[in-house]
Amino acid sequence: MESHIQVKDLKVSYGKQEVLKNVNLEIPRNRITVIMGPSGCGKTTLLMTMNRFLELNEGVTIAGQVLVDGHNIYSPDVDVTEVRKRVGLLAQRPTPLPMSIFDNVSYGMYIHQMRKETIEYKQAVRHYLELAGLWDEVGKRLHDPATALSIGQQQRLCLARGLAVEPEIILGDEPTSALDPVSSAHIEHKLLELKEKYTTVVVTHTLRQAKRLADHVVFMYLGEVVEQGPAAEVFGNPREERTKQYLQGLF
Amino acid sequence: MIKNFWKRKHIVELFVKLVMMFSIALVGGSLLLILATVVARGLPALTWEMVSQTPKGGFYMGKGGGVLNAILGSLYLAGGGTALALALSLPMALVLKTYLGDSKAGSLVRLSLDVLWGIPTIVYGAFGFAVMILLGMRSSLLAGILILSLVELPIMTRAMDEVIRRMPKGLEHAALALGSTKLEVATKVVVPQMLPGIITAILLAFGRGIGDAASVLFTAGYTDRLPSSLMSPTASLPLAVFFQLSTPYPAVRERGYASALILTIVVLVVSFGSRALSAKLSKYTVK
Repeated sequence: MESHIQVKDLKVSYGKQEVLKNVNLEIPRNRITVIMGPSGCGKTTLLMTMNRFLELNEGVTIAGQVLVDGHNIYSPDVDVTEVRKRVGLLAQRPTPLPMSIFDNVSYGMYIHQMRKETIEYKQAVRHYLELAGLWDEVGKRLHDPATALSIGQQQRLCLARGLAVEPEIILGDEPTSALDPVSSAHIEHKLLELKEKYTTVVVTHTLRQAKRLADHVVFMYLGEVVEQGPAAEVFGNPREERTKQYLQGLF
Repeated sequence: MIKNFWKRKHIVELFVKLVMMFSIALVGGSLLLILATVVARGLPALTWEMVSQTPKGGFYMGKGGGVLNAILGSLYLAGGGTALALALSLPMALVLKTYLGDSKAGSLVRLSLDVLWGIPTIVYGAFGFAVMILLGMRSSLLAGILILSLVELPIMTRAMDEVIRRMPKGLEHAALALGSTKLEVATKVVVPQMLPGIITAILLAFGRGIGDAASVLFTAGYTDRLPSSLMSPTASLPLAVFFQLSTPYPAVRERGYASALILTIVVLVVSFGSRALSAKLSKYTVK
């Protein structure tokens, strides 16, 4: 299987505390990769290196490489805004921008000047809202404030907004943890639908969600990747003792 | 389940409630008293002449004409000062947030602004006067505007800074995650989110500017004529009130209250106008 993202010898520390110790990973193209592990194991930190979000924190040192299509996104000649355009992020809590529903979806296309005519923006907004499964609920009130939507709708709006800049990769940082069960199921369902076209990396701390979503699994513990491989292998026949214990719910 | 009023917690609650009500009554009562005084003593003297003419027969003793010179002067002074302060404050507040953050340089800038905020406006006036003498400048509208913008700058920047700092953190990240530059985050997300708060900051600064007598005393000077150029002296309402109230003639003192009433009305109109605007703009903001 062809890998879309490769992580090579990645080391991250906050001040003197090392949170990622020599991580090496292969993330397959057009599959859902789930990063799982107990709290504080560095899942989110690892995910945030993939859209260069980690460096927004103060006092972080990042060493090693993250390659997207073979190109190191940490090399000095890289335009960080292009990286973030290609690698979309679905955050833990939905964060609508202070504008209308329509403008939320068109914002990214607008700043990257991806369309020319107003009509093209209108069509695109409809397309991505449909893709995120939100059009039927908001099609008649596109100019309402985005904050008027429910939390579950807001998260689908954020998905539509992220898809609208045409990324290749979707990162999900526990994207359903703030949602009710029905909205969570909605988001999971959408991620499964979208994986044909996008490489998806999801961080989760719920094992059941990992099992529902994963094609490929990365198990992390204390800043290290313990085991990675196809979901069937890791869940069905884990090689490492620590993976077995985690899957049995021992920690 | 019957409420026992003599329980300690109910007595404490009642006591705190009474203290709060007393404070509210004190603040509200003072405001009403001030307004009542200004209206009661100013309204009889507030004629159409007062707002449509310049003083006649010498300002300190004159009982004729009006204070149009001071009304226009104050609007020019405070309007110009606020516009200038805004042109400097908004970029400053954005730089503070986006590039300096909570760094050492950032807290040094904030400290300086707080110190500037605390300086009495008469000191600004004296400083401006000293600089004007150095440059051989006469008191003028321009000098008044420059000094008022300095007076307003710290209050406006710090008010904006506080508004920006209270911004939901996820918002910036959401915009960055879509590949925005820092400038795009600032102009397309931070400013629209902050606009209602920014308008409040402008209003605060304008209020301080238009009500201040001490800083314009030396810098803008005073004249019975309408403001005609940036380089000539300009009257202002607070100074009109000050001069009129300090005369020995009761009729002129009544006119002083009328001038104070006009100043109050100007401030109220600006205040309510910007509140309405700010309410309209906060339609899309994230609470």
